[in-house]
Amino acid sequence: MSTVRIPPVLRSAAGGVKSVEIGGATVGEVLEGLTAAHPALRTQLFSDEGALNRFVNVYVNDQDVRYLQEGSTPVEERDTIIILPAMAGG
Amino acid sequence: MPKSYADLLKEARSQIKEVSPPEADLIRERGATTFVDVREASEWEQGHLPGAVHISKSYIEQQIEGALPDRDAPVVTYCAGGVRSLFAAQTLQEMGYTNVSSMSGGFQQWKSQGLPWTVPTILSSEQKQRYSRHLLIPEVGTEGQTTLLGSKALLIGAGGLGSPAALYLAAAGVGTIGVVDFDVVDLSNLQRQVIHATDRVGEKKTESARRTINALNPDVNVVLHEEMLTDENVGRLIDGYDVILDGTDTFETRYTLNDAAVAVGIPVVHASVFRFEGQLTVFDPPSGPCYRCLYPTPPPPELAPGCSVAGVLGVVPGIMGLLQTNEAIKILLRIGDSLAGRLLLFDALDASFTELRLRRDPACPVCSEQAVAARVAGHPLPVPSSTYEGEFVLGARA
Repeated sequence: MSTVRIPPVLRSAAGGVKSVEIGGATVGEVLEGLTAAHPALRTQLFSDEGALNRFVNVYVNDQDVRYLQEGSTPVEERDTIIILPAMAGG
Repeated sequence: MPKSYADLLKEARSQIKEVSPPEADLIRERGATTFVDVREASEWEQGHLPGAVHISKSYIEQQIEGALPDRDAPVVTYCAGGVRSLFAAQTLQEMGYTNVSSMSGGFQQWKSQGLPWTVPTILSSEQKQRYSRHLLIPEVGTEGQTTLLGSKALLIGAGGLGSPAALYLAAAGVGTIGVVDFDVVDLSNLQRQVIHATDRVGEKKTESARRTINALNPDVNVVLHEEMLTDENVGRLIDGYDVILDGTDTFETRYTLNDAAVAVGIPVVHASVFRFEGQLTVFDPPSGPCYRCLYPTPPPPELAPGCSVAGVLGVVPGIMGLLQTNEAIKILLRIGDSLAGRLLLFDALDASFTELRLRRDPACPVCSEQAVAARVAGHPLPVPSSTYEGEFVLGARA
């Protein structure tokens, strides 16, 4: 199981939790598992075509998946997946 | 047997290699050699060799190890006429420094031969007292403090992030602080915007910021820009600043600022906050990415509510604003490792920091090589709209 950290702005769509444990061999599988468990997240994370929205960044541990293998990036047990939307508050 | 001055001088000359001013200048130009000015502070303040270190002869034993830990590193001592430096060099040799020379003729001959010298900026006695805790740190010192006093920092927003930043930039003696804000102080600001005050509700934020800054440190020249940052005025607003602290609360302003700052090469220390959490990084391409590399398009408004909608724990912008100031001061002093290429996430509830690696987008429309070339050619690449355009997810959200 990998730990997925839910950003504060998406927590209400994920049952209010800060992080969830989701199984999966790739980032895509984990995010699929996440949105299956919390369907309200799907529209926030993915476009109609199923691509990750460009205003949301996803990191495996400290690396941006866009510079790894995007959805196919393998994840290991104990990896942390961080979902990071832009925030503007100042 | 007691020795006369002449005996001591002769002895020193026999032990210490002397170099003439022109020889010393060649050594200086090659770099790698430390020039130690052993005159008194009052003489140093009249002018010295560029890049020299000042340690009065009376402090040489106490201070040389701190200034020059490597005893095999080459050193040239100098004074006004070449005598004190000879004795100082002798002391260094006794202390185990293996490569010491003294400059014959001293600074007087150096100057009379037309060789380069500089006059250090002198801090007033009041400034020496005010900044004494900075002056004690070797990485800051008089030179660093002088740099700060000559530096210009621009705050975009005198709000939650800008308030602590303004206070600490002012306290640190950053000589010019620009404040861009078009708003007035509201009672609901005071839970976190500590540069303002209850009796200033309704006053312009820029004016209120100036009063607090100058009450803390009258050395600071506060430049007020009472306007909203737009594509039209951004170039004028940021012109001449050494570093920018982005404390705005809209994506539009953040993109506008990014694009203009990248174009003129001013580093932007970026922070944003949401409830209990904050994000912080430095945008200073080519060292690290720019804002558009990190977030190419803005999110829909409901995914990124500002503080006035979502709320924020007051200390969170306080902490993030001070971390911004820390980065800004490091940039101005050219010390430490900046957060360029790293995003720091702060979670107040966990009291935790998480660091993420950021990369430059090789196709970035603002900071990529291609974008720079296009800008130089006078045809900047088109950028995505800095306000959310729903087509990316509209269907999905319906």
